[in-house]
Amino acid sequence: MAPILRSTSLVALIVCQISLIFLFASTLPISSGSDSEDSYTITGRVRIPASTVIGHAAKFSNIKVILNGGQHVTFLRPDGYFTFHKVPAGTHLIEVYAMGYFFSPVRVDVSARHRGKVQATLTETRRSLTELVLEPLRAEQYYEMREPFSVMSILKSPMGLMVGFMVVVVFLMPKLMENIDPEEMKSAQEQMRSQGVPSLTSLLPASR
Amino acid sequence: MAIRVFLTLLLFLSSAILSFALYEDQAGLTDWHQRYIGKVKHAVFHTQKTGRKRVIVSTEENVVASLDLRHGEIFWRHVLGTKDAIDGVGIALGKYVITLSSEGSTLRAWNLPDGQMVWETSLHSAQHSKSLLSVPINLKVDKDYPIIVFGGGYLHAVSAIDGEVLWKKDFTAEGFEVQRVLQPPGSSIIYVLGFINFSEAVVYQIDSKSGEVVAEKSMMFPGGFSGEISSVSSDKVVVLDSTRSILVTIGFIDGDISFQKTPISDLVEDSGKAEILSALLSNMLAVKVNKRTLFVKVGGEGKLEVVDSLSDETAMSDSLPVADDQEAFASVHHEGSKIHLMVKLVNELDNVLLRETIQMDQHRGRVHKVFMNNYIRTDRSNGFRALIVMEDHSLLLLQQGAIVWSREEGLASVTDVTTAELPLGKDGVSVAKVEHTLFEWLKGHVLKLKGSLLLASPEDVVAIQELRVKSSGKNKLTRDHNGFRKLILALTRPGKLFALHTGDGRIVWSMLLKSPSNSQACERPNGISLYQWQVPHHHAMDENPSVLVVGKCGSDSSAPGVLSFVDVYTGKEISSSDIGHSVVQVMPLPFTDSTEQRLHLIADTVGHVHLYPKTSEALSIFQREFQNVYWYTVEADIIRGHVMKGSCSSETADEYCFTTRELWTVVFPSESEKIISTLTRKPNEVVHTQAKVNSDQDLLYKYVSRNLLFVATVSPKGAGEIGSVTPEESSLVVYLIDTITGRILHRLSHQGCQGPVHAVFSENWVVYHYFNLRAHKYEVTVVEIYDQSRAENKNVWKLILGKHNLTAPITSYSRPEVFTKSQSYFFAQSVKTIAVTSTAKGITSKQLLIGTIGDQILALDKRFVDPRRTLNPSQAEKEEGIIPLTDTLPIIPQAYITHSHKVEGLRGIVTAPSKLESTTHVFAYGVDLFYTRLAPSKTYDSLTDDFSYALLLITIVALVAAIYITWVLSEKKELSEKWR
Repeated sequence: MAPILRSTSLVALIVCQISLIFLFASTLPISSGSDSEDSYTITGRVRIPASTVIGHAAKFSNIKVILNGGQHVTFLRPDGYFTFHKVPAGTHLIEVYAMGYFFSPVRVDVSARHRGKVQATLTETRRSLTELVLEPLRAEQYYEMREPFSVMSILKSPMGLMVGFMVVVVFLMPKLMENIDPEEMKSAQEQMRSQGVPSLTSLLPASR
Repeated sequence: MAIRVFLTLLLFLSSAILSFALYEDQAGLTDWHQRYIGKVKHAVFHTQKTGRKRVIVSTEENVVASLDLRHGEIFWRHVLGTKDAIDGVGIALGKYVITLSSEGSTLRAWNLPDGQMVWETSLHSAQHSKSLLSVPINLKVDKDYPIIVFGGGYLHAVSAIDGEVLWKKDFTAEGFEVQRVLQPPGSSIIYVLGFINFSEAVVYQIDSKSGEVVAEKSMMFPGGFSGEISSVSSDKVVVLDSTRSILVTIGFIDGDISFQKTPISDLVEDSGKAEILSALLSNMLAVKVNKRTLFVKVGGEGKLEVVDSLSDETAMSDSLPVADDQEAFASVHHEGSKIHLMVKLVNELDNVLLRETIQMDQHRGRVHKVFMNNYIRTDRSNGFRALIVMEDHSLLLLQQGAIVWSREEGLASVTDVTTAELPLGKDGVSVAKVEHTLFEWLKGHVLKLKGSLLLASPEDVVAIQELRVKSSGKNKLTRDHNGFRKLILALTRPGKLFALHTGDGRIVWSMLLKSPSNSQACERPNGISLYQWQVPHHHAMDENPSVLVVGKCGSDSSAPGVLSFVDVYTGKEISSSDIGHSVVQVMPLPFTDSTEQRLHLIADTVGHVHLYPKTSEALSIFQREFQNVYWYTVEADIIRGHVMKGSCSSETADEYCFTTRELWTVVFPSESEKIISTLTRKPNEVVHTQAKVNSDQDLLYKYVSRNLLFVATVSPKGAGEIGSVTPEESSLVVYLIDTITGRILHRLSHQGCQGPVHAVFSENWVVYHYFNLRAHKYEVTVVEIYDQSRAENKNVWKLILGKHNLTAPITSYSRPEVFTKSQSYFFAQSVKTIAVTSTAKGITSKQLLIGTIGDQILALDKRFVDPRRTLNPSQAEKEEGIIPLTDTLPIIPQAYITHSHKVEGLRGIVTAPSKLESTTHVFAYGVDLFYTRLAPSKTYDSLTDDFSYALLLITIVALVAAIYITWVLSEKKELSEKWR
């Protein structure tokens, strides 16, 4: 089991490197800024498509942007922009948390050589970004949807099954009884008469 | 045959309709969520004539929030990062809330009505220093005065409109620390007063528009200042000197500095160390000397004069301008169980504007802070309201002699949690009269039926929800059959113990820890941890269960500990003791005495352990097991195992004190490994079966040991944050160590990985979460540990002939033959904490509860982290429930047990079993609290809440009717056949 995983991560690594090479080939400045000698500024933007999920209106005020698993936490401005100040050069991880949406974490490389040039890659899809514009991968629905009223849902419920079974017994059994040997039928009827009340066992020829 | 078909059909259908999550209308039925903010540090009122009245607060939990002044509800709230402590808060331009955080280096503006961030500015900071925020109170909006911020050695002026830095001054070179910024109204000159190395006072006059220094004056003060300062007017401040015995009035009229010394002994006879209470009082000063509060009037020439004194401890508010150029301030002091709130005019102390006496709960402690606000009554007189922060961190609004609202903010800083049973009902455990009449009962169920068939109107939905909450009887204060009703005992940082009901989260009782001896040294102990002290079941059924609260006086590790025993049913303290030694580690032992009191060992800093309870019976039990008691300690790169040596009677006469000796040490090479996480199994965890049957009818024996320790180390370079290290420099190594012998059972190294490591240890497996630097993704690894020595017992003949070693006692002294299986997966989120569900008998399959950085809790089935997952599982393996291997663990949104809530500032998740095997209690705490009940494999042992009794009834009625009709029909048919 372990070797399999090792190989998958290796593949991931290779893919990552390929995408990095690709990035270098098409280097596009995203946003850069230098605070001082060795700390830089990362500026990006969160864009949420017009609300598609009912009840999860995209509210910028409740969105958090997190650098390196909690090292810095920042919030969005009304236009969706966010900024991390005083970030050292290196490879960082940016995560966006918005209720109702799933964002891929973003690998951000801040280059020391190119005065804080930023390169970004989505770690989930391994897609590199030309601009640091983060969009949700998918909307999240936290509740199970209730299926609308349907005959099937009634029938599927244990009670529905009971009723269904009774219907089968009531309407299909007499049909089955017609095919029974008249002799046997007669004896059954005899018994029924002696008891006065029809009992389920006497209705079921199969149980005999 | 038909029956068999029907049964299989039923089985198939019932398995097909298994759903994973909650429906929207089920939210809030078994779960509750409470929102808190923490202990308030600053409060700014916003009470304009129009609009909602609110108070903006910032707290010690790094929360900035806007509260409704009428009801205390939260309008909006933001929890900043853990390193982003708030230093100051203010309101600018009447529409923005300004917060200064991160030691004066981050300035943010939030929109007042909805809490949207408007701008954010990062300020220069070069060194650690006190930080200060000064927001101009300009009544004329058209004049734009800048916000003055000092922090990290720089003074900044920032425009309130867009956060642009207008100018900055570098004070780093001379070590100048700003103490006060005064912005006289109507002038563009600001006065900046500060100290250089607390021995020289400097006043700068700076043009607030350009940042130019207009004038600069400095003066040496030979004694040095203590740093406590109080502004008394626009040109005077009063400070304490470094000996805390002389008050120094510093006047800086027109830029000239003058000192005027007044020894405290001149003001009051019994002099001592003084403390300045007030920060901003006009022409007044409040000084605390020897537990007395002195009000000192500051005369025109800096002359000090005692005008009033209060004998008890007092909390003071800043002064507030009221009508006619008068200034008023509020003071609160205690008297028995009452508190007195007084509002006085600064200039005429005899003129008490307001005197109110309020009965206060003893368990709230003393008043820590007072914030005052005034309003104009209908008869044009001044009314006052006061926001007070108590010792237990609770926040109360006082108005017109009553507590208008209160918030239990102590619950935002929970340190330890345990659960306890509720008392039995008087007449046994019975379902009380929840439904009144049969008609109402039927009506309720018909409503429910309508709801489940989606035929209900919106009013019906509301009625159903109400009915569900009310009728479930979940809020009663007695035990129930299923063990769903329980008490959650939460110990908070201020040392208050809360008992919360699992039904609705209300506080059943609360208790503030008291110092047992009422000694001077320890007025109020801090709460550290909580243990089950007495859980009566077999004998001693009449005893109430109790918990042990371990507290500490002071913050350093050698501070003396305090034990408190609390009755769970009543919330009363049974006894408390000052134990006279420090508390490093508390170890519950697996032994109880005849009254079901659990034996505990407490280790202190000297290396001794102390036995509790201090009874001869406990001592005799402990003496019997003396040789079998081991414990371990973890330091930076060493783990030490200890064993009992003997009584420490040679040093002290205490027969419950024992000495220990070191048995083994595991030393990690400090240049390459540093311990970042250690973890053991929960001591009370139940394991149902030791054996695990494979798909190929093979047996695996779990290595279930209570003495396993999981240790994670990283290379010292990788101990920092992500992004500070390259993959080549960092590696993560995990160990499984036996804590009796110090033997390393398993070692696994992850190259190019780093912490933080969050792990969970249950039964025979560990799951841990860490960061993979090469893939730049988070990873989760599972390690399962199996017993090899028992693997030979598979043969049936061996079992029959008794040639197996299953009955041989398991001993930690022998060398275990173990083997492990492990597998790693990617995980797409940062994690704050991981827990695992626990059930009464351990039969139910387990779920991992992952607290994500988004403050949600994800329930992940343990089957997803099974090391036997393969890419293409065989048919047999599929039947066993093995999921095909994927490189990433799935995040299913419906599996968030917190559904649409966030447990802001999540710190921990606690699980506890209920009596029903399928169900487990989950309690998560952080700034918020969240509770829910989980059934990891569905509620297979009970009907769900959704179960529709009405449908069952209708079905039965329909069946009876059908039987009757068919009977009538068959009679008729028979009759007609007879006539034929």
